[in-house]
Amino acid sequence: MSGEIALLIAATIASGTPLALAGLGLLVNEKAGVLNLGAEGMMLVAAIAGFAAAFHSGSQWLAFAAGAGAGMILAAGFGVLVIWLGTNQYATGLALSLFGFGFSAFVGVQYVGKKLGEHVSFAVPFLADIPFLGPALFRQHPLAYVAMLLAALLAWFLYRSRQGLVLRAIGESPDSAHSLGYGVRWIRLAAVVAGGALCGVAGAFLSVVYAPLWVEGLTAGRGWIALALTPFATWRPARVLLGAYLFGGVTMLQFQLQAAGVQISSQFLSMLPYLATIVVLVLISRNPAWIRINMPASLGKPFHPSA
Amino acid sequence: MLRLEPRPQPSRAMSIASPVIALALTILIAGVLFVVLGKDPVRGLSMFFVEPLRNVRGLTEVALKATPLVLCALGLAVCYRANVWNIGAEGQFLLGAIAAGGVALYVTTQGIAAPQWAMTPVVLVAGMLGGMAWASITALARDRFNANEILVSLMLVYVAQQLLNYLVFGPWKDPQGFNFPQTKTFVAATLLPNLVPQSRLHIGFAIMLVLVAGFWVFMFRSWRGFQLQVGGLAPDAARYAGFSGRTALWTALLVSGGMAGLAGAMEAAGPLRQLTPHVSTGYGFTAIIVCFVGRLHPVGCLFAGVLLSMLLIGGELGQSRLGLPNALTGVFQGLLLFLLLACDTLIHYRVRWVRQHPTAVAS
Repeated sequence: MSGEIALLIAATIASGTPLALAGLGLLVNEKAGVLNLGAEGMMLVAAIAGFAAAFHSGSQWLAFAAGAGAGMILAAGFGVLVIWLGTNQYATGLALSLFGFGFSAFVGVQYVGKKLGEHVSFAVPFLADIPFLGPALFRQHPLAYVAMLLAALLAWFLYRSRQGLVLRAIGESPDSAHSLGYGVRWIRLAAVVAGGALCGVAGAFLSVVYAPLWVEGLTAGRGWIALALTPFATWRPARVLLGAYLFGGVTMLQFQLQAAGVQISSQFLSMLPYLATIVVLVLISRNPAWIRINMPASLGKPFHPSA
Repeated sequence: MLRLEPRPQPSRAMSIASPVIALALTILIAGVLFVVLGKDPVRGLSMFFVEPLRNVRGLTEVALKATPLVLCALGLAVCYRANVWNIGAEGQFLLGAIAAGGVALYVTTQGIAAPQWAMTPVVLVAGMLGGMAWASITALARDRFNANEILVSLMLVYVAQQLLNYLVFGPWKDPQGFNFPQTKTFVAATLLPNLVPQSRLHIGFAIMLVLVAGFWVFMFRSWRGFQLQVGGLAPDAARYAGFSGRTALWTALLVSGGMAGLAGAMEAAGPLRQLTPHVSTGYGFTAIIVCFVGRLHPVGCLFAGVLLSMLLIGGELGQSRLGLPNALTGVFQGLLLFLLLACDTLIHYRVRWVRQHPTAVAS
């Protein structure tokens, strides 16, 4: 029994990792005041880019680099439109998601049904052999630990470093940051591209490690769930990580219930992550003041430098 | 160097020219893409812009696919003008199909004998109510709990698809259907009458044309439509004038849910005549592009719906005749919206060639 629980914890962390990576990336975007609804599209294109890279080179790390690169290119395109041309952030993000879906399906046609090489298992030396804790925590893919480390680093960067302070200032009041002499637009672009890179790594993780295969629409709404993580976490890195594991757990729960022979149709179990997202959004948003205090004040609003 | 200068007033001409420029750029990129894929670009493009219009059959197919796109886009235009970001038309479409299909299936299995003029409207109204019910979940979450309507409406798309899957794989599956996930074929009395003989085009197309006119009146000649638009453009002014933001939210979502539901009902009781897991081929998402390309204007949505319908059919023709992947349509759709948003900058700004960058005077 305890062995099963350990495996459930391990599976929860694995399915939460891409959500955590993407969620942390979107957090960086939003702290700078940019809302990128194109997360799903960036993750899809990165997923196929990563899958193609892994398929042709056999290297996972090259796959993550390809995914990050794809995410950065798309995010940069989005950033230029939104930051310099002042296009509507909602509409542009939606366009990116729709484009990403179409483009990844188009490129991915030739990779449907293809298999990647042998699955490599990972284990942290010594720690992996501890009973219960070993299989639960220390046999994850290295990226799972990267995600955890990233949350800690990001918390330090945002709240303890000067650059982080500037980033948050730009998200709260771009006009003040501008009059202090900071290049609001370039810093925002950097934040958007960084967010794209993380969404890209998340997408490549899904297609190369988690699935590992390519089908049309592989991400199945994870980009949108990652977008819901930031308000859920009231824009705090550690809470994004926890939220990601919570949703990862819900995703795993559906398989666990199925395996346990629960008499519920699989279709209803498949609804769980999406219903959980709605319930969480409803609970967290209930108090408008709570959201208003925590949300970056300029989120979603275009910035026009006045002289 | 090139510089963007704000225009004193938004350019009306550019507002109409922008989709045309975006389309021209999309066609240009598409042509290049065909060359890269090793296909004749002229022949490739003709699949999208010439072949669908060559004969009556092609024209009726364009009109058939344009119908759900325009219907969904009409509702979304009301939403976006009111600054309500409903992106879940796909889910509302599916619920419309489920509700309409449920009624049609009930009539079919119970063997209820009723004339078509009585049954078809019941089926369509059921679809509208289904879509409205689904949209009202989003409205409730937004209104009562302040939850983001973008995320809620999108999450409900996945839930709706699973609900449809459950029904057609489970209780509604045709017992004589060789275990395929599909319902019985609906009886003729519940179906939409044909508009053009020897084609699949049904009277839904005519209903859609009437609704385009109806939405024009609603948006630009009615008090409620005016209130909605003020609420979207200037929330503070709307509040000062005493226009209720809650009423605007519910109106926008119920109207767009109803339209998407109607489109779903027409698809189920029109060309499909049954429910399958693939009732929608992404009409609700494509309608978002239709809505923007159509400038959030009912008549614009009609033209844009026909254009996007041609893209859908062109994708199918390209697949069957030139061996192009059907997913190409999705690439063109996304590209079109991207380029459109970029071109829209020209509505508010003009591009100026500045000879020298103005340097600050040293003081």
